[in-house]
Amino acid sequence: MKDGKDDQETGIQDSTKEFEMAVSKTDEGCYVLRLFVSGMTPNSRKAIDNVKKICEEHLKGRYELEIIDIYQQPIFAKEGQIVAAPTLVKELPLPLRKFIGDMSQTERILAGLDLRKKNQ
Amino acid sequence: MAKSGKKARAVDHTLRKAPTGIKGLDEITGGGLPQGRPTLVCGGTGCGKTLLSMEFLVRGALQFDEPGVFMSFEEKSEDLAKNFASLGFDLDDLAARDKLTLDYVHIDKSEIEETGEYDLEGLFIRLGLAIDSIGAKRVVLDTIEALFSGLSNENILRAELRRLFTFLKDKGVTAIVTGEQGERTLTRYGLEEYVADCVIFLNHSITQQIATRRMRIIKYRGSYHGTNEYPFLIDEQGFSVMPISSLGLDHPASTERISSGVSRLDTMLGGKGFYRGSSILVSGTAGTGKSSLAAHFADAACRRGERCLYFAFEESQNQIVRNMRSIGIDLEQWVHKGLLIFLNNRPTLYGLEMHLVTMHKAIESHMPAVVVIDPISNLVAAASEAEVKSMLSRLIDYLKTKQITAFCTDLTTAGGGLEKTEVGISSLVDSWLLLQNIEASGERNRGLYILKSRGMDHSNQIREFILSDNGIQLRDVYIGPGGVLTGSSRLSQEARDRAEVFEHKQAIERKYREVEQKKVVVDAQIAALQAQYQAEKEELEMIIARENERDEASAAGNLALARSRKADEFTTRPETIGKTGKGGRK
Repeated sequence: MKDGKDDQETGIQDSTKEFEMAVSKTDEGCYVLRLFVSGMTPNSRKAIDNVKKICEEHLKGRYELEIIDIYQQPIFAKEGQIVAAPTLVKELPLPLRKFIGDMSQTERILAGLDLRKKNQ
Repeated sequence: MAKSGKKARAVDHTLRKAPTGIKGLDEITGGGLPQGRPTLVCGGTGCGKTLLSMEFLVRGALQFDEPGVFMSFEEKSEDLAKNFASLGFDLDDLAARDKLTLDYVHIDKSEIEETGEYDLEGLFIRLGLAIDSIGAKRVVLDTIEALFSGLSNENILRAELRRLFTFLKDKGVTAIVTGEQGERTLTRYGLEEYVADCVIFLNHSITQQIATRRMRIIKYRGSYHGTNEYPFLIDEQGFSVMPISSLGLDHPASTERISSGVSRLDTMLGGKGFYRGSSILVSGTAGTGKSSLAAHFADAACRRGERCLYFAFEESQNQIVRNMRSIGIDLEQWVHKGLLIFLNNRPTLYGLEMHLVTMHKAIESHMPAVVVIDPISNLVAAASEAEVKSMLSRLIDYLKTKQITAFCTDLTTAGGGLEKTEVGISSLVDSWLLLQNIEASGERNRGLYILKSRGMDHSNQIREFILSDNGIQLRDVYIGPGGVLTGSSRLSQEARDRAEVFEHKQAIERKYREVEQKKVVVDAQIAALQAQYQAEKEELEMIIARENERDEASAAGNLALARSRKADEFTTRPETIGKTGKGGRK
């Protein structure tokens, strides 16, 4: 990074950096996941448990998981285009995918996360 | 206590309605949609579901201060804003003023994987957030059926839908849920199962290349409603349902009379003309002068300073103005003054309902006192006879409630019964004038008579009428030995009559002169007789005088004789003759 540059350029460089980092993460196969749940319903608990389990088993060390309770932060429901709960959104790597349900069908999730092929 | 509690409950139980503000819809629903309950609006593609529901929200926000939430499953918020800008609805502005919230729910089956049990809490939360953030009273879900195509677990969906409608009711919002028409059901996914309070069906059908939109209220729990199919219209001002005033027959009846524009026709109509707010039909074959009569009527209205709306389905404005000038009616001055407004349309331009709506709109915006429709028979070109009849009866009813006098002309086809109108509305109208061509002695002349005129003592005579430079003039018709006399036969009859009168007058004068002469003769005779009498009298006096002289002379002679004879003195002297007559003559 050069000195004496204004904030804008720094900003651009920052975002570029971020992007590059993101790309490098993707290259490494890093996953950005968000799980939207609606309070502590049985479905929510099951989903959280199941997702955590899948991540630990298949994506250890290369994933970011954020759990959002849309009861407490309803604005995320709108922004994330959430209809059903629980919903797991795979933001990276692209393409964006959504999984709805209690995440009990592990095989479908793994297929959807493109983890089946790699592990085979 | 108990009593008052009961009363309060009773008040609560009456169904409250949320007015839609949409022209006509509130009339047929008896005040609007059921407040605090969901309403299903269903129909085929492009029938106006989205528009109806959006207008419900926008008008709710603007006119009734009820903010609304529009949850769209099909169109993005930006697209919606763009689409409705063309109708004059500024959705962005409403959103900025917290009057409206648009939420686009994106469901794409290709990016969703179902992995076990779920619910639609996300949707509920979004809806709840949107409602709470602006305090919405109205909600539209357009169309929630997209859920069925996006998600495959129908069991969950149906359970969640049921929950959704309960949720909406609990929120106390008046909701519209739209649904696409299914093959045999009202909606493709049977939404009508869940929405039990009010179901409105929209339809878009095409007959003889003319499209007509119609609306029907299939169900409205706890409220009366119009059950017919009501035509509606979508135009640059949005949605308007035909204001159906045919629901009742309680329009006011004015006793005010207005002139027909032809003074002798007024005389025929009980001396005063038509009733204000009545409907007048003029029927006749081609070229009998229907339009001219209509122009007279319009002219008379404008002369009174009233506004007149002239719907012309055959001629252009300029043509009418020109033609009427030839019979001495200057309609252009009224057009310039803004009293006379022409609306010229081809009947086939659009469907009958559209005509009706355009007429309604024009009437609403111009508020005329009289309306001329010239001719109504042409509307048959746009629809079937039954439809025209129902349309006209609605129009006439509407005009009557507004106390607008309607003047319709109707072209009857030659050969058919004259007393049969093309569109069969004769029973609807109050006054019916029939114009007829009377063919006799090689001429065609125009005859007019009043077939009926409710509520007045009208003339039963046929009048001949002439289109002169000074407008229509009515003439008495002569009933000759060969029937009705018109045209030149009437003229010759009039000439004959005049000659007869003249002759009569002359005869009387002659007689008068004769009598005068007689008097002169008599006077002369009297004078002559008097002269004769005078002469005879003078002669008589002369004779008497002479006689007296002679008597005196003879008496003197006798005296002398007696003296000579020494006779006694006469004591008596003879009377002079005619002494008594002396007093009488003077």
